[in-house]
Amino acid sequence: METETLALFVDLFLMVLLVAGALTVLTVRNLFVATMLLGIVSFTMALTFVSLDAVDVAFTEAAVGAGISTVLYIGTLALVGAQEKTGVKFSAWPLAICLAVGAVLIYATYEMPPYGSPDNPAQTHVAPRYVQVSPTEIGVPNMVTSVLASYRGFDTFGEVTVIFTAGIGVLLILSQRRRKRDDEAEEEAQKKGTQSKLRVSLTGLGSQHDLVPHIVAKLLIPFIFVFGLYVQFHGDFGPGGGFQAGVIFAAGFILHALIYGLQFTQRVLSPQVALILIVAGVLIYGGVGIVSMLMGGNFLDYNVLLPDSVAGQHIGILIIELGVGITVAAAMLVIYYAFVGRAEPVNKLPD
Amino acid sequence: MAFFDQFNYWIFIILLMIGLYTMMSRGNLVKKMIGLSLFQISVFLFYITVGKITGGTAPIVVETLPGDPAPIYSNPLPHVLILTAIVVGIATTALGLSLVVRIKESFGTINEDEILEMEDEA
Repeated sequence: METETLALFVDLFLMVLLVAGALTVLTVRNLFVATMLLGIVSFTMALTFVSLDAVDVAFTEAAVGAGISTVLYIGTLALVGAQEKTGVKFSAWPLAICLAVGAVLIYATYEMPPYGSPDNPAQTHVAPRYVQVSPTEIGVPNMVTSVLASYRGFDTFGEVTVIFTAGIGVLLILSQRRRKRDDEAEEEAQKKGTQSKLRVSLTGLGSQHDLVPHIVAKLLIPFIFVFGLYVQFHGDFGPGGGFQAGVIFAAGFILHALIYGLQFTQRVLSPQVALILIVAGVLIYGGVGIVSMLMGGNFLDYNVLLPDSVAGQHIGILIIELGVGITVAAAMLVIYYAFVGRAEPVNKLPD
Repeated sequence: MAFFDQFNYWIFIILLMIGLYTMMSRGNLVKKMIGLSLFQISVFLFYITVGKITGGTAPIVVETLPGDPAPIYSNPLPHVLILTAIVVGIATTALGLSLVVRIKESFGTINEDEILEMEDEA
């Protein structure tokens, strides 16, 4: 009983922190601060997910919400400015609509089944099969991986395609040549003094003069990649998988770019290679489906890949997770390149 | 513990309302995207809450000693749905932010009211 009370206390604390963080995000006027707070809210949410037994989700939320998303927001703010306009007139309509939506939803919660009860409808439909049969049928201890990659493999293929499409979309939107309006050019000349500092760290030679980040990054980056590989290939047995590993890999490259400068990172992994990798990941995933069809099964039916159906499932999951990881990592990187490449380079690296 | 039966759902609703209000009341387009992110996070919380079973553990097979009670696993299905939704969410957020950058370049502002004024004048 005592541990339960303690767990409840931790849950309550995290929930209060979530609401307080969200309210501050709403009220604060500096968008840079709002972005950082959003990262904190995401991280608190990841902790909440751990307490709700969703370790895989917590992993992803910590890497994506607190990591990549913060970098993207800051990259955007560097281009559009971080100050929100103050002195906006208050309008009652949004508040009224929000309160109405909230009231309806709270009324609806009284019809919801009690929290955590094993007899809830969500727990009695397909979940028992996943929990009871998947360890022997798929042979993978992590049920999330077997549902993600095998039972719902078709769905996951769709998700990977969405990430692929979003990556291509960002590239199309941001790689168009920039037309400058006259007044903007003037404005820019004035602003150059104030803004160039931020842009140097985003595009130019990185934080050239900060010794500590350089040394620490040099030590950290190899371990980040090794950890990414562990998460990628150990996803069958513990929390992890292609989605998380892809994000961790991208984070390693983004850290490199932030510390040492974009040009150096693009020498390691050029934008063209990243583009090829995005496509390659989706093709690997789809290719497994095609191979299983050619071998007489259904699309993405891994049972037919090897004579032993459990071994077939294993190899199928391993390959499609690899495809997912490659696409996610490359898409995140392409998106990051597109955002940072949009800012005018201040310091060009001599070739 | 009747009060706590619905507690997680209420937190989800409060977060959802804050996100929705941020999106509707703020004119700054980046702030709107931040509101959308809050909204997304709240929906994630809702799904994961639905999959939780009291006394359960993460859905990864644990070996038990003979004689021990069989472990209870939380529902893995919502975890799968939300795991992919998070990564797809960041990809779509990036798409939205890239549109914001383009709007800033063509209009010189990312404030909704000012953009609408410029549209009316043109």
